[in-house]
Amino acid sequence: MSFPETGFPITLTVNGESRSLVLEDARVTLLDALRERLDLTGSKKGCDRGQCGACTVLLDGVRINACLALAVSHDGASITTIEGLADGDVLHPVQAAFVDHDGFQCGFCTPGQIMSAVGLIREGQAGDDPERVREGMSGNLCRCGAYAGITEAVLAAHAAMHAPDVLPGGHLIEDAA
Amino acid sequence: MSERMRHGASIGQPLTRRDGPAKVTGAARYSADFHPAGMLHAVMAVSAIARGRVVHLDVAAAEAHPGVVAVMTPENAPTLAKSPDEKDNPFAFRLDLLQNSGVRYANQPIGVVIADTLEAATEGAALLSPRYEAEAPGVELGGGEIFVPDSVGAGTPTEQGAGDIEAGFASAATRMEATYETAAQYHNALEPHTSVAQWDGDRLTLHTPTQALWIAKGRLAGLFGIPEGNVHIVSHYLGGGFGSKGFISSPQILGIMAARLVGRPVKLVTRREQMFGPVGHRASTRQTLKLGAKADGTLTALDHHTLTLTSRHDDFVEACGLIARHLYASEAISTTHAVSRADIGTPIFMRAPGEAPGSVAVESALDELALALDMDPLDLRLKNYAEVEPITHRPFSSKALRECYAQGAERFGWGKRPKQPRQMRDEDGLLVGWGMGTATYPAGMMQGEARATIRADGTALVETAAQDMGQGAWTVLAQIAADGLGLDGDRVELRIGDSDLPNGGLAGGSTGTATSGSAVHAATQAALAQLEDLAVNDRASPLYGAGNAGTVAENGRLARRDDPTRSESFSEILARAGKDSVEAKGTGAGEPASRKTYAMHAHGAVYAEVKVDPDLGQIRVTRLVGAFAAGRIVNPRLVRSQYYGGMIWGVSLALHEHAVLDTRSGRVMNPNLAEYHVPVNADVPSLEAILVEEHDPHVNPLGIKGVGEIGITGTAGAIANAVWHATGTRVRDFPITLDKLLG
Ligand code: FES
Ligand code: FES
Repeated sequence: MSFPETGFPITLTVNGESRSLVLEDARVTLLDALRERLDLTGSKKGCDRGQCGACTVLLDGVRINACLALAVSHDGASITTIEGLADGDVLHPVQAAFVDHDGFQCGFCTPGQIMSAVGLIREGQAGDDPERVREGMSGNLCRCGAYAGITEAVLAAHAAMHAPDVLPGGHLIEDAA
Repeated sequence: MSERMRHGASIGQPLTRRDGPAKVTGAARYSADFHPAGMLHAVMAVSAIARGRVVHLDVAAAEAHPGVVAVMTPENAPTLAKSPDEKDNPFAFRLDLLQNSGVRYANQPIGVVIADTLEAATEGAALLSPRYEAEAPGVELGGGEIFVPDSVGAGTPTEQGAGDIEAGFASAATRMEATYETAAQYHNALEPHTSVAQWDGDRLTLHTPTQALWIAKGRLAGLFGIPEGNVHIVSHYLGGGFGSKGFISSPQILGIMAARLVGRPVKLVTRREQMFGPVGHRASTRQTLKLGAKADGTLTALDHHTLTLTSRHDDFVEACGLIARHLYASEAISTTHAVSRADIGTPIFMRAPGEAPGSVAVESALDELALALDMDPLDLRLKNYAEVEPITHRPFSSKALRECYAQGAERFGWGKRPKQPRQMRDEDGLLVGWGMGTATYPAGMMQGEARATIRADGTALVETAAQDMGQGAWTVLAQIAADGLGLDGDRVELRIGDSDLPNGGLAGGSTGTATSGSAVHAATQAALAQLEDLAVNDRASPLYGAGNAGTVAENGRLARRDDPTRSESFSEILARAGKDSVEAKGTGAGEPASRKTYAMHAHGAVYAEVKVDPDLGQIRVTRLVGAFAAGRIVNPRLVRSQYYGGMIWGVSLALHEHAVLDTRSGRVMNPNLAEYHVPVNADVPSLEAILVEEHDPHVNPLGIKGVGEIGITGTAGAIANAVWHATGTRVRDFPITLDKLLG
C-alpha cells in the first residue's frame, strides 16, 4: 500500500460516542466515513451529489447531506445518524410514526427521510401545516412514492412530540411491528 | 374458498410492515451495506461516446494511483463460459462485460478499477482517460430503418385486432386522429445497482438487489460455467427495482468478475449517472390513435399504432398497444407496433411496461373524442364498457370497473364538471381543470414454489425465494402463511430474499404476491395435510378416523370439520408421532384451463384535479382520487401504498420525467436526479385510493390480483385531460411542461 504515511486524524462524536479515525485520504466524505469506516450503514447513498437526500444526517443538530460533506472538515463535530435515534428497543416518535403511517416501501430513502423529519421538526419551521411539511421534506426523494405516508408520519410525530401532557417517547419495537 | 380464507384472521388486516422496525432503525442491510473481510472497492469507467470503440485506456496511470489494486479491461477481464450476447432464453438480454472494446451506447461500461478504498477506485477510473474511435450515433425515434418486430413486451404478438377497421371508420359519425409522444424514462430506483461478490473456488456468494433470484442465479451460473447450486444470492432488502432489477445487469456482473480477477471480495456500486444506459429504461414512444364513433358515442373503430425505439444490438419493444386490446369495446380494433433501432442501452420492462405510455395516449384520445361528440368523458367510457374482453370475447374472471367509476366519481364530485374547458378558477385566479382516465393492468402469474414446515413447538417456518422491493412481501406472505396454517402471525417465521430457497418467481409484472402467495398457501395446505395424515391414522388422537370429514386448522390446532370440539394441537400430533416437524412444498402458478377461459385484469378509475397558472403555465396536481378493484386485498394498508406509488408515477409520466438525448453525441444530457425530474414530496397532492370490493373465483385460489403497476395507468391520462380542461390547450407531447402550454 502506498498511501501517504501520515493520514488525517479526526474525532467525531457519533450518536453520542466518541469515534476517532485516521483518514488515509482527504477526499473521504462524511457519508463514506460513516458507511465504509465506522460500519454505520444505515445512512444510504442514492446519488453521491446532494440530489436525493438518502444520506441525510444531523451535524451538530442540523440536517445535512453527508455525501456533500468532507469528513476532514468536520473534525470535532457531533453527528446523529439513523442508528442513534431509537432508545434501545424504543423507537423515536418519528420512527414509530413512519411505521404506523406506512411512510416507506423499499425503505432505501427512509433513514434519510427520518433524519430529515427529525431535523425539520427541530427547526420548528413546518409545524402542523402539511404544505410546509411537504416543502420541508422535498430534499428527500422517494422513488417508491411513499410521500403521502411520509407527510402523515411527520405531522403525527410533530403532534406526538408537542403534545403537552404526553411524555416524549415511542413505541416498543415489538409493538410497532 | 372457505369462509376462513375470505375473512382470514390475518388476510385482509391492515397490519404494519413486519420489516418496518428494521427499515426505520437502519438495521435493514441492503446489498451495499455488506462488507466481507478483505473487501476491495470497484468503480466502473463508462463510455462517453454512443457508438464506436475504445482505442486506448491509460491503465498505467490508474495502476500508479496509490491504493489501486487492479484495472479490469477487455485485455484481462475473466473470460466467460458463454458469450454475454448469447440469447438462450427470451429474457436473456445482451450484456456488456468487457469482452471486447466495442461501444454500443453511451455510459456503457468500458473498464473497472479495483482499489483498497472507494476514493482510490474513483480516482483510478477517472485516470483511465479513454480515447475512442467514434462513429456518428443514431438515437432519434424513427431515425433509422423502421420495421415490424416479431413480438412486443414479454413475447406478445405485435399486431392484434378484431373486426374490419376500415368498415368501422366508414360507419363512424365522428372520427378523430391524434399522435402522442412519451419521453424516454429511466427507472432510477433510489438504490443503485450494486454487487458485493465473494468467490470461494468456483462458489459465489453475492449480495445484489434482484427482483428474480432464481432467474439471476441461472444467468450467472451460465455465464461463469458453474452449477446453479454454486451461486448463492442474498437479497433480503431491495431499494426499489421497478423492472430495472428484474434481470441482472452488466454492472452487477462486472462486480463479480472483478472479485474473480483479484481473488478477493469486491463491492461495486453503480454511480447514479452510470444508471442512464446499462441498466435499462423505458424507450420513447410515438403513438397514433384513430377513433371512430357513432353519434351516441359507441366506438366503431379503435386503431392504435405505436412507433418506439429499441437498441441496435438487442430487442425489447415497449408494448403500448396492449391496453387497447383489453379495455374498451369497439366494433373493430387494430393494434400495431413498429420500431427503429438506435445506439442506446437496451430498453426494458419499467413499471407498467407498455400499459403506462399506452394508457396516457388512449385516455387522452378518448377525451378528445368525448369533446368532439359533446359527451361527458365518463359517459363515453361507460358507453364502451367491455362486458367481455374485446378481441378474444372471453368473459372477465371478475371486473368491478363500473363500481370503480361510480365510487371514484362520487368521491371526487365529477358530476359537477363543466363540459367546456377554462370554466373553473380558484380564489387565487388559477385555472382549475378536472380529468379522468381508466386504469387497467393484467392479473398475470408466474410459477413459484414455497416450503412450509410445521414444528413441534407450535411454530412454523415458511420459505420462498420471493423478493420484497417495497411492495410488502415480508408482511403479506406471512399473513397468507398465518391464515393458511391457522397460526398467529408471530408464530410464523418467514424466510425470503435468498436464492437457496425454493423459486419464488419474480417480483414484477404485478405477479409477485399472486405467485409466491399462492405457492405459500399451497405449501401450508400440503404441510397441514401431512399433519392430518398423522392424526387421523392414530387411534390415540381425537381426530382418529376423521379422514373423510376432513380437518380445519385454527389457533395452532387441527379440528374435525364436522365437529370442532374434537381437536388436537399441532404440537400434540407431532409429539405423539415422535416427529420434530412436518415439511411440504407447494406450487403457485396460473391454472391453464381458467386462464384460457377467462380474461384476467385489474381495473380502476382515476380522477384528477390540476391548477394551472394562466400567466406562467405552472401546473400543479391538487387532487387525485383513484378507485381500484384488484380481487382480494391481503393488506389494505400496503395495497393503498402501492396505489399511491403508482399514481405518483402517473404524475411523473404526465408532468415530470424526461430523459433528454443529445442527438449528436447520443448521450443523455440530464443523467442525475437534479435534472431528471421525479416528483418530490411537494409535487404530490392529496391522494386518495378507494379499494373497491371484488371477488375473483378464477384468478388463483386466493383471489389475488397484482396492484403494483395499475396506479400509473389511468392517472397520467387523467392529469393530461385535467390540464386540457383547465387551459383548453391539448398537449400531446409528454411530459406536459409549462413551455408547452405557453408556446
Ligand atoms: S446520496 Fe447524498 S444526497 Fe443523494
Ligand atoms: S421507500 Fe423506496 S425510495 Fe422511498
